[in-house]
Amino acid sequence: MHEGGFFYQAFVYLSAAVIAVPVAKKLGLGSVLGYLIAGVLIGPFVFGFIGEEGQDVMHFAEFGVVMMLFLVGLELQPSLLWKLRSPILGLGGVQVIVASIIIFGSVMVFTSLPWQTALAIGLTLALSSTAIVLQTLSEKGLLKTEGGQNAFSVLLFQDVAVIPILAFLPLLAITEVGTTVGYESHTWIDSLPIVLRTLVVLGVIVSIIVSGKYLISPAFRLIAHTRLRELFTAAALLLVIGITILMTEVGLSPALGTFLAGVVLAQSEYRHELETDIEPFKGLLLGLFFIAVGASIDFQLIINNTGLIAIIVLGLVIVKLMVLYVIGNFFGMRMDNNLLFAFGLAQGGEFSFVLLSYALQNGVVTGTTANPLIASVAISMALTPLLMLLNEKLIQPYFGTKKEEDREADVIDEQNEVIIAGFGRYGSTIGRFLQANGTQATYLDMDPNNVDLLRKLGLKVFYGDASRHDLLNAAGAQAAKLLVVAVDYSDKALEIIETAKKHFPHLKIISRSKTWDDYFHMLDKDLHGVYREFSDVALRMAAEALSLIGYRSNQVHRSLKKFRKHDEEFLKQIVDSRHERKTFIKHSRQVIEDLEKMILDDIESVAKDKDLGWDITTIKEEFAPIIKKLKEENS
Amino acid sequence: MKVLILFAHPAFHKSKVNKVLVDDLSELQGVTFHDLYEHYPEFDIDVKEEQKLLSEHDCVIFQYPLFWYSTPSILKEWQDLVLEHGWAFGSQGNELKGKLFFCTITAGGPKQAYQIGAFHNLTINQLLTPLKQTAALCKMITLPPFVVHGTHAMEDDKILDFKNDYVGLLKTIVDDKLDIEKVRKLDYLNHYLIKEEL
Ligand SMILES: Cc1cc2nc3c(=O)[nH]c(=O)nc-3n(C[C@H](O)[C@H](O)[C@H](O)COP(=O)(O)O)c2cc1C
Repeated sequence: MHEGGFFYQAFVYLSAAVIAVPVAKKLGLGSVLGYLIAGVLIGPFVFGFIGEEGQDVMHFAEFGVVMMLFLVGLELQPSLLWKLRSPILGLGGVQVIVASIIIFGSVMVFTSLPWQTALAIGLTLALSSTAIVLQTLSEKGLLKTEGGQNAFSVLLFQDVAVIPILAFLPLLAITEVGTTVGYESHTWIDSLPIVLRTLVVLGVIVSIIVSGKYLISPAFRLIAHTRLRELFTAAALLLVIGITILMTEVGLSPALGTFLAGVVLAQSEYRHELETDIEPFKGLLLGLFFIAVGASIDFQLIINNTGLIAIIVLGLVIVKLMVLYVIGNFFGMRMDNNLLFAFGLAQGGEFSFVLLSYALQNGVVTGTTANPLIASVAISMALTPLLMLLNEKLIQPYFGTKKEEDREADVIDEQNEVIIAGFGRYGSTIGRFLQANGTQATYLDMDPNNVDLLRKLGLKVFYGDASRHDLLNAAGAQAAKLLVVAVDYSDKALEIIETAKKHFPHLKIISRSKTWDDYFHMLDKDLHGVYREFSDVALRMAAEALSLIGYRSNQVHRSLKKFRKHDEEFLKQIVDSRHERKTFIKHSRQVIEDLEKMILDDIESVAKDKDLGWDITTIKEEFAPIIKKLKEENS
Repeated sequence: MKVLILFAHPAFHKSKVNKVLVDDLSELQGVTFHDLYEHYPEFDIDVKEEQKLLSEHDCVIFQYPLFWYSTPSILKEWQDLVLEHGWAFGSQGNELKGKLFFCTITAGGPKQAYQIGAFHNLTINQLLTPLKQTAALCKMITLPPFVVHGTHAMEDDKILDFKNDYVGLLKTIVDDKLDIEKVRKLDYLNHYLIKEEL
């Protein structure tokens, strides 16, 4: 049914992605699930557009994971990585060891497989999927939460742990396989004695760090000076691919290598360029990877072994979930974060595929054992986004909230007049100003790290989503007079406004708006004030600009205030006229049309306005002749 | 003697007379020119800074166009905020004691109009009563005003004459050559040069 042509394949993959992902997102399932479903659909068991080559595609697309870790590294300053050392080693180490042992034990108890096989299975299934977890977390904006950070730490540890596991697996061989097949069987390094090998490996890591600092940054500077955008992209790709080859040569995980390079470059001034350059490649390759995982699910095998595979998948997910949850609890994670952490990591990972096929080659497991396991891992990966959705929608609200409400009980006796939703740079400026004037506000913020930090500073900041009516209530919205919406996300701001208007109609609301769209939406809501965050600062800069070219600052200042007032009034008119026009005009055209109207109106109003009280033109016209006459009479 | 000119003109960009009068004043040795509207467009007068300036000078001049027989508004605000009790006046407020004070005023109307029974019915000196009393309360020595009359109908060379007189006056003060006792008896400071005739 399919032809092998590159374009044909590309066409199939891309159209599957383009169709399935938006649909999945629309349904609230997230892109990862979209890709996986697309993979299943085009795979050999549904439409059969692609066949066995899915495996090769998967190997190729694993490179997306490498790129992803590079990007993750770029986001992570070395100091932050250093801070994460205890979750990485502690949480990660304990997770891998405990999960391995329990899975090993379960296999020993419930099957008659030899202990070597059972141990290999334990080690393999203890690992989770970096690709799926990180992608899903970052899509949901949860990567920076405590749960997200810890999940990331564990995944990082696992990525490193793969290397010793690969080295260890051949020792567990139960069947003779002539010569053991090395994973990176033909790297030159294998011929070196162990001491030298260690030295080389260490040397490579050090050289990545050192050259990242002293070689790569200057090189990028040179390349940036050519002003050829594509050359920069090429160099960025070259860097990632180069490190991948180097790491593979010395038998290390390429993901680890690029991650390190990313961390080193996190401080370079080209960080953002690198990010934007690599990002689309990563996105496409990861998408491809997920499609390939979907396509590789062997439905024939599943149909033939439904019961067995169902038990393995269920067992795997439940065991990992429990292990993760208990460990998370032990490490003092809060309930909501711990749930995210446990549900996020409860699956097998892409390394499980590698390890299983490697174990198969080395005669540690047999085909009849490995194949259902591979299918189960793939299914468990596909289940992850669903599990996280389940947690988010059904479990978290129950338990997460409960915990939250305990914490907030102390707010209620505080009863401030003002509630500020969103306590980042913007909200904190408002809060500081109020506080300087002796008004204490109640602060709500959705970023747990921010909350923890601010609490350490002694501020009463509460973690939570201010768009939830119960949370606003707990924050004292019943008794408060004013709600200041200062959150960074437009949609959230509008949600908060809606909730507040509905449940606390007595509250005055003033809101920050980030874009013209927000501004118009918020004006519609009939608030007490809507502030375009770009407007005042821009006007101040404009005023300063006039001052700097010689205008009197008093004149400029008056003009600024008048302009602002006039601007706000005129915008209200525009909103009204927008309602009349409804949606017939295309959005962008409407913005341009509005802007044009504004500019014309500005010119007219400035021309009209001359601070006439200070103008003596007409006084002079009237009195000068009189004064002159007086003088003549006198002389 | 060091001279501080507190200048207030909210529409300086439309000014004709004061523009000439204040031009290059800051270049004069011993003279500090302080433009209030330029400094405080938001009326956020820095009290400590203003008091420091006052302390550093021996002669304080309010220079302004006559607006509604009075000062432009920022000068009123300045007085309200800067002349603190315990600093400028009161038993403990002696920071301004003994300093000279006078006003440099530009007025649209001619001198003839500023007489009892004339168009404006009051003299400039009568109009200055509150300011003079304020200075007295602050234990300052008040001098008569330097007045530029008839700005509504004034030729450019006439403005320059006033400018020269004004600069001459300032230099005399800086050089400590002003005969304070004598000029105090004058109507306007404009006539400081013809003191012999007194
Ligand atoms: C608001 C306003 C009020 C004024 N009130 C008076 C006044 O009471 N008596 C007067 O003689 N001139 C008055 N004038 C005229 C100004 O004093 C005159 O225009 C100014 O001193 C000219 O100086 P300039 O060229 O530096 O602006 C007034 C002018 C304005 C704008």
